[in-house]
Amino acid sequence: MKLETLPETSALISECFPDAVLETHEHRGDETLVIDKSKFLKVCEFLRDDSRCNFEMMVDLTAVDRLEQDVKPRFEMVYHFKSLSLSKRLRLKVHLEEEDSNIDSIHHLWKAVNWYERECYDMYGIIFNNHPDLRRIMMYDQFEGHPLRKDYPMDRQQPISELREVEERNEYERSL
Amino acid sequence: MSLAGRQLDTLVTPVPKGDPDTSIMEIEIGPAHPAMHGIVRFTTQLDGELIVGMDPEIGYLHRGFEKESENSKWIQVIPYTDRLNYVSPLLNNIGYSMAVEKLYGIEAPRRAEFTRVIMGEISRITDHLTCVGAAAMEVGAFTFFLWFIKAREYLWELVEEVTGARLTTNWTRFGGNATDIPDGFLDALQERLNKVKEIIAECDNLLTRNKIFIDRVKDVGAISKEDAISFGFTGPMLRACGVPYDVRRADPYSVYDEIDFEVPIGSTGDCYDRYLVRMEEIRQSISIIEQASDMMPVGPIMTNERMLNYPDKKDVYGNIEGLIDHFKLVMEGHQPPAGEVYLPTEGGNGEIGFYLVSDGSGDPVRVRMRPACFNYVEAMPFLTVGHYVADIVPIFGSVNMIGGELDR
Repeated sequence: MKLETLPETSALISECFPDAVLETHEHRGDETLVIDKSKFLKVCEFLRDDSRCNFEMMVDLTAVDRLEQDVKPRFEMVYHFKSLSLSKRLRLKVHLEEEDSNIDSIHHLWKAVNWYERECYDMYGIIFNNHPDLRRIMMYDQFEGHPLRKDYPMDRQQPISELREVEERNEYERSL
Repeated sequence: MSLAGRQLDTLVTPVPKGDPDTSIMEIEIGPAHPAMHGIVRFTTQLDGELIVGMDPEIGYLHRGFEKESENSKWIQVIPYTDRLNYVSPLLNNIGYSMAVEKLYGIEAPRRAEFTRVIMGEISRITDHLTCVGAAAMEVGAFTFFLWFIKAREYLWELVEEVTGARLTTNWTRFGGNATDIPDGFLDALQERLNKVKEIIAECDNLLTRNKIFIDRVKDVGAISKEDAISFGFTGPMLRACGVPYDVRRADPYSVYDEIDFEVPIGSTGDCYDRYLVRMEEIRQSISIIEQASDMMPVGPIMTNERMLNYPDKKDVYGNIEGLIDHFKLVMEGHQPPAGEVYLPTEGGNGEIGFYLVSDGSGDPVRVRMRPACFNYVEAMPFLTVGHYVADIVPIFGSVNMIGGELDR
């Protein structure tokens, strides 16, 4: 990996975190970095705070389940960042093992992250460490499984949950 | 009440248990409430009429767009995108098709791009008309709503002429559009735009300097530039805070870089600024449509690339290549090369981005849509805490939540 041939941000991250960057590519002009999981939080802090990066906005956060492609590790976290002041975009990816599908939460860096991580947890079952409020967002609390995982069948039906008393529901939500 | 630096999770104030003297009351607003613009529930904690905490709950309209798409062929996703932001379905069609085109590395013919710009801007106007009209109605300006719906009807008739449907348009394809604009469409368009301009001017006189309206929306639901960026606000919501970020300008797609338009910004980021920004954007969109009409080139509306466009029926029945192409496209679907793309486009509500992953097999691996109003509803506690119950209505109206896009 030659630093000179890399796009600007990738080169900068590779220079500042030499052992964090596992892979880079620029498919169709989208600058992409694959980051080591243990360095993820540090890289995110750097991306937001360093004046050469200035990624003020977390645009999108999602996961990809690569079960059918038979690629190990199974999960891939995908983050999209946007810098308004420097007018550039960056995609950051982190690979997660199926048995160890947890990653540090970055909710304290960008306010938008909170709900996006909740959605990702709901849909993929990925645990975000230190997330303040990690509960389901789209599906209901009794829902079993995580619908966007590739091994969740399209036509699986779940029983209709019983109506609960209001007090009981509030107790339940807070206890989570 | 200063909210700077507070995290979202601290904006939920639990009602003290077993304290008969507590002045904090918990009240549910929604899920089905006339001022809720769809189905969303706000568990609100009130101290008298003052909002001290709020916890929005979404997901009532979750239809599994992403799951459904990942179990379809690439082309079969286009009708699903109509149902995301159902007030401006064409913008979703365009966003998705352009993302797949980016995956292929191709571009649609110029005529197709210009018609996309025109139809997209018509959709943006209908989106803003619906949002502003409904928000004004909820604070008492019912005339305004009816006039705007009348203007929206003029535009939807145009959409119907081109796509055959008012809402479920299903219009774009990979590498072009399903139908060309009909003969005499551009003249009809100009005529309709003139009518819309009249309505906008009249409504502007009616509302923009109306004391009753200003009292309800000025300094209500304000958010600072920094917080809005951190919350991932885009579109009119961010521009009302004074950040001139517009995807059409910042990351130009289609032919927007050839068109001259202004990006209106506000200063305080309150509901009144959002109203003003949306009104100005309607005018800018009309100007974009007029320029695109003048620049409209002649030519094909669909690319000629093999395995993208369905071959002519003449070829299907006339030669073996056409038959094979048709068979493979129908049975196996489009097969974009392996890779991943994220394409941001400017929707009616803000940045809508499609993140697509293909493994080259014809079945999408990942179809992800970044919903613009997800962030706005997430920030609702932040926008409302410290205001009064009655302010929820104008704030939520100005947020322009669309359930189909929020819950997917």
